[in-house]
Amino acid sequence: MTGNWLYTETVKDHFTNPRNILEDEESYREDGKGMVGNIKCGDQMMMAIKVKDGRIEDCKWKTYGCASAIASTSMLSEVVRGMKLEEAYHVTPADITKKLGGLPEHKIHCSVLGDKALRAAIDDYYKRTGQESRIEEEKAETVCQCMNVTDKDIERAVREGARTYLDLQNKTKIGTVCGQCKDATLKLLDEYLHLYGD
Amino acid sequence: MNERRVYMDYNATTPLHPEVKKTLIEAFEMYGNASSMHTAGREAAALVEDAREKVAAFIGADAEEIIFTGGGSESNNTVLNMIDCGSAACRCVSRDKRGLVTTAVEHPSVLNAAEHLERKGLPVAFVPVDGTGKIDMDAFRTALSGGTALVSIMMGNNEIGTIQDIRTLARLAREAGALVHTDAVQAVGKVPVNVRDLGIDFLSFSGHKLYGPKGVGVLYVRKGAPFCTFIHGGHQEHGRRAGTYNTTGIIGLGKAVEMAGHEMRDEVARLWGLRERLRRGIEELVPDIHVNGHPVDTLPGTLNVSFRGAEGEAILLYLDMAGIQVSTGSACASGSLEPSHVLLATGVGPELAHGSVRFSLGRESTGEDVDYVLDKLPGIIGKIRSMSTVYAGRR
Repeated sequence: MTGNWLYTETVKDHFTNPRNILEDEESYREDGKGMVGNIKCGDQMMMAIKVKDGRIEDCKWKTYGCASAIASTSMLSEVVRGMKLEEAYHVTPADITKKLGGLPEHKIHCSVLGDKALRAAIDDYYKRTGQESRIEEEKAETVCQCMNVTDKDIERAVREGARTYLDLQNKTKIGTVCGQCKDATLKLLDEYLHLYGD
Repeated sequence: MNERRVYMDYNATTPLHPEVKKTLIEAFEMYGNASSMHTAGREAAALVEDAREKVAAFIGADAEEIIFTGGGSESNNTVLNMIDCGSAACRCVSRDKRGLVTTAVEHPSVLNAAEHLERKGLPVAFVPVDGTGKIDMDAFRTALSGGTALVSIMMGNNEIGTIQDIRTLARLAREAGALVHTDAVQAVGKVPVNVRDLGIDFLSFSGHKLYGPKGVGVLYVRKGAPFCTFIHGGHQEHGRRAGTYNTTGIIGLGKAVEMAGHEMRDEVARLWGLRERLRRGIEELVPDIHVNGHPVDTLPGTLNVSFRGAEGEAILLYLDMAGIQVSTGSACASGSLEPSHVLLATGVGPELAHGSVRFSLGRESTGEDVDYVLDKLPGIIGKIRSMSTVYAGRR
């Protein structure tokens, strides 16, 4: 009786043998580099890319993070190799989670840093090569990483009658996984209630 | 899975003592309700009372001062709940004196119960600790006031092992006119505990932390101390705690304290030796670490270490793959978002709190276990650090 492992075999494999770790940061000549996350929150992610003919030729990374962060970034680094920049820009945590065969629900927020770091690295590449116009401004800001709910979604929900945090949760599913965004959500809720409230 | 399994999470729970297991198997034959008047009931009741006497003797109490509960959390909640009683008919605590003084490093069953009281409007003070996890005595003195009904302080910390000077704290609390409770779940069975010597009113402990069964605990209530029933119902425990006696659990707990009485003294020295061997080995083999807790006033088998640049859940899972079972103060492993409140309270900072590992040793731990950990751990930390954003160039 050994019990099932906490994660899928694919997660375990990528956690045990992470692919594309940036081992020699000093001598790696990347074309773009991005770092996201905060050590206070227990996870941080760095991604470095080499670009050739508009495609990601090489993707290396480092992390301070848990098993989910390690496995999902390892997977991401494999998936985006050879991918067009535009396409890589829009890889979502859900795509990666699916490839991993799923993650426990409370672990999903640990897997969102990889693609953010990748976008930051691509943006950095655009900046270095004078292609700032290709940087996509995030139209809406994601408040709830787990359920991918933006400030715009909150605004819409309030306009449609949401008045409490519970109303927002019912309408948008915001904060129903890790709950980390509750304070930010409550602040936005106050703002929008001020604008649209009764 | 790895063939070698090293369990170093005794503070989470313990395996049954073989003698307890034997006793439990026999006790399962004892189906009588200990409250029944007939023979089967009286047989069960006799064994419950025998266990009660063993427990009382083990902590220096009288049998009538022992209440069996469903575990440490229930014992703790029972005591904290008293100050919110507010019933004119109940003579538990005075209604104009409802303050609670506790600490920032308590187990969640005290901390969350205290926060619940606070939300209900009761004055609650969470006394800070120093870098070793010891209570800040000045802050404790300041927190005590004429309105303090209860002081609740854990004896041995579950995460870092720091042992508080309960005797001194209890004296100060009594001088301020407050009742004194100690959550001794991690201490009883690991270090000698005597309620009279400590001068306390209430003490909680649990069966499964000292090689007894899960789901059974103890609440010591000093004779003459105010008390207020938490679980109402039948007349068990003289109306102080309702619910059919958990005969099997209680008998097993009685056996567990009996065995602890025989073995504890030798175990204290042996476990401290193993713990120190593990600490020295880690300090020697792994650079850039921080040993959490107090250097001396610590539960003998507990060692909490933070590894800079390495995240705790990753460490835990790599160790688990090597057959080594420990726990961590990382947020990622707890299901919450904050790292260990205990480590943050000692001021180590979030990075070290996220990178903390608790090794807790017990009666089946051996020197070979320690050597095995020391063989596996440095490579695992090295591997995690080699991919760490916060450990670049510090290898």
